[in-house]
Amino acid sequence: MSDGALWTLVLGASLGCYLLKLAGLSVPAAWVEQPWVARVVDFVPAALLAALVAVQTLSSGQDLVVDGRLAGLAVAALALALRAPFIVVLVLAGATGALVHVLG
Amino acid sequence: MPDAARTAVLRDAIGLGVAVGLYGVAFGAAAAAAGLDVWQALAMSLLMFTGASQFALVGVLGAGGSALAAAGSALLLGTRNTVYGVRLVPLLRPRGVLRRLGTAQWVIDETTAMAVAAPERRLARVAFLATGASVYVLWNATTVVGALGSAALGETAQAALDAVVPAAFLALLWPRLRRPFAEPAVQRRVALGGAVVALALTPFVPAGVQVIAAVVAVALAGRPRPRAEAAS
Repeated sequence: MSDGALWTLVLGASLGCYLLKLAGLSVPAAWVEQPWVARVVDFVPAALLAALVAVQTLSSGQDLVVDGRLAGLAVAALALALRAPFIVVLVLAGATGALVHVLG
Repeated sequence: MPDAARTAVLRDAIGLGVAVGLYGVAFGAAAAAAGLDVWQALAMSLLMFTGASQFALVGVLGAGGSALAAAGSALLLGTRNTVYGVRLVPLLRPRGVLRRLGTAQWVIDETTAMAVAAPERRLARVAFLATGASVYVLWNATTVVGALGSAALGETAQAALDAVVPAAFLALLWPRLRRPFAEPAVQRRVALGGAVVALALTPFVPAGVQVIAAVVAVALAGRPRPRAEAAS
């Protein structure tokens, strides 16, 4: 792909992603105040965050794989249950992932 | 607003910026590997500024996908931010065209999660702005580091980064699943449903699409409560 084509892709896709963000802020408030809309948006983060956790832990492209990320997630869950600070949770998960990689 | 709550928000915003910044190194490296130069990688972090879309774009390019497929996957993942924007309007109430245009650029996973997790509305604004600033600065700085230093990033550092990101998302999800968050049992059901849907679809759809599809799990939350309906 030529340099010009790459720049077109980078700038075009960036503009598109920006407009998607702007669209969310620009819908009329009345739409948001509908009870079923409120219901949906209250639960969208749980569905999407859980999906991101699952996909980023267990997928590699279109394959499902088990590796150090799952061990890291288990350690992170344990740390969260013990009310560890956010940054400690991340450091423990990263260290676990690295350890599994070195041992494996 | 209580100082302790504000301090906690600022601390979490910086912690999240550092965590995401770590992954910015990986993005810069992935962009370089896909054939982007350092300016193109930086332009993506400055202008697109939505990590999953950025990874999708360079991932498709790196795998030999077309520009159309690369842009399409980035935009599909970007629709998530539209949903986030709808959620943020009542919390942030951006007034005027300029403020709305500026606010839009920072509507991403991390700022939304921090804003909706804040216990009250003024704190939600602080959470959004602090997280946006922290993530924006560190994500862009580390993108450059990654793009320039991709050859130096060893496999072990990559494995650590790979484990940090799902842990960060789990840490964001966690408080929603427990008291005092409203209806934690229903949140847990929806979260489990979202994870199952995403994993089940992973082998069959382009990378990233399964995350959006997981929104259908919101149906598990059921109808709005009668009291909320009566209020409309």
